Amino acid sequence: MSWLSNALTSSIGRKIIMAVTGLFLCSFLVVHLVGNLQLFKNDGGAAFNIYSHFMGTNPIIRTLEIVLLLGFAFHIYEAVALTGKNRAARGSQGYVVNHIEQNSPWQSRNMGLLGTVILIFLLVHLYNFFYRARFGELDPDINNNADLYTLVVSSFHQWWYVLLYVLAQVALCYHLIHGFKSAFQSLGLTHRKYTPFVTYLGYAFSVLVCAGFAAMPLYFFFLQ
Amino acid sequence: MAGSNPNAKPMNLTLKVWRQKNRQTQGNIVDYQVRDISPDMSFLEMLDVLNEDLLRKGEEPVAFDHDCREGICGSCNLFINGRAHGPEPGTTTCQLHMRKFSDGDTITIEPWRAEAFPVNKDLSVDRSAFDRIIQAGGYVSVNTGGVPDANEIPIPKSIADQAFDAATCIGCGACVAACKNASAMLFVSAKVSQLALLPQGQVERKTRVENMIAQMDKEGFGACTNIGSCAAECPVGISLENIAILNREFLAAKATSNNLA
Repeated sequence: MSWLSNALTSSIGRKIIMAVTGLFLCSFLVVHLVGNLQLFKNDGGAAFNIYSHFMGTNPIIRTLEIVLLLGFAFHIYEAVALTGKNRAARGSQGYVVNHIEQNSPWQSRNMGLLGTVILIFLLVHLYNFFYRARFGELDPDINNNADLYTLVVSSFHQWWYVLLYVLAQVALCYHLIHGFKSAFQSLGLTHRKYTPFVTYLGYAFSVLVCAGFAAMPLYFFFLQ
Repeated sequence: MAGSNPNAKPMNLTLKVWRQKNRQTQGNIVDYQVRDISPDMSFLEMLDVLNEDLLRKGEEPVAFDHDCREGICGSCNLFINGRAHGPEPGTTTCQLHMRKFSDGDTITIEPWRAEAFPVNKDLSVDRSAFDRIIQAGGYVSVNTGGVPDANEIPIPKSIADQAFDAATCIGCGACVAACKNASAMLFVSAKVSQLALLPQGQVERKTRVENMIAQMDKEGFGACTNIGSCAAECPVGISLENIAILNREFLAAKATSNNLA
């Protein structure tokens, strides 16, 4: 199987892993967003708590949780590996004057920075909601489900927490604007008929998903 | 000078030029003044004026690569004011004219930077890594014989045009120089897609892309992250579409070739 490991550790192979895991993580974003839209239902959190109970206990979801973790792990590992390889390739002596901003978009050159912001947010987010829901002691709600909703509401009443969420969604949006269409390019999925659509879809996906996530803390902070 | 503009005023410029004795020594930027530069001169002719001044003063002239001076050979590779081949799109350095600059300007001139392109001297870099990538597979092995009849092998016009566009790559290395990752992917993709598109390239199609990518990685070029600086700086307009073709050629070859390495 040396051909396979050679293929996957080549510069194109690493790109392909970035693309596949990136698109997989995009699919996760859709599921996560759609499920969390139940936060907007005006029922004191009953529907949201049923949903979070299901997500925390269903065996299929729990298995996919591990796949999701692997998706993140490979995406981050390849990013670090590629960054190291690319820094070494650039060489120790840089340009004295370099106007790279004149030939490429900012977000495309700063995917690592954007990814790091998203990772920091993710760790805070996982600790606050995932860890406490899974391993903490949440009070039961009226249906005897763990009351994650109340924790969400109280968290989203803290200004710094809301600010962190909104900033992270801006970072995610720029990350996706580059990443979405870049994944198709890396997989060689380009065609004059479909690539213009993929490009527009990438922008729409990035803005809509991130606006949807950012709307949640803003809704609770300003309207609830 | 034929075709020169009689109203064009000669310019005086400050040049900040990278000077480096050889591969082993450290280099640094040295300031020079050049006077009475005609706006009709090419950038290389301006450097010729600088070197004549330096020779008259008994100093070492600035080493820079150049050959055809008509935008074909891909030798005249200079990083000018922070851009590969200077700020003009779609030009090599020899096609960059001094009329694009103004009297009193300061111009910074550096060699291509990449671990795989070591600086030989001053502004001259060693781009033999590109030659070794071509040697790894960027050719078609066909025994020569009688001249084939025209149109014996039918190729659709659109495919012929696309292959020709890829074939216009002059191998200058601006893609590597401009890329944040010092990736040679645009160069390699132009060669791979040119030959993959044509019937003559089919025999070695899978092995070619596998070997060229292996050599590209071995030479220490970076990996493409789809930033797009390469295509923006390419003097002949090689498009990013070629990199997508390269990616799928590589993926298909790795999945279906008979090479187990």
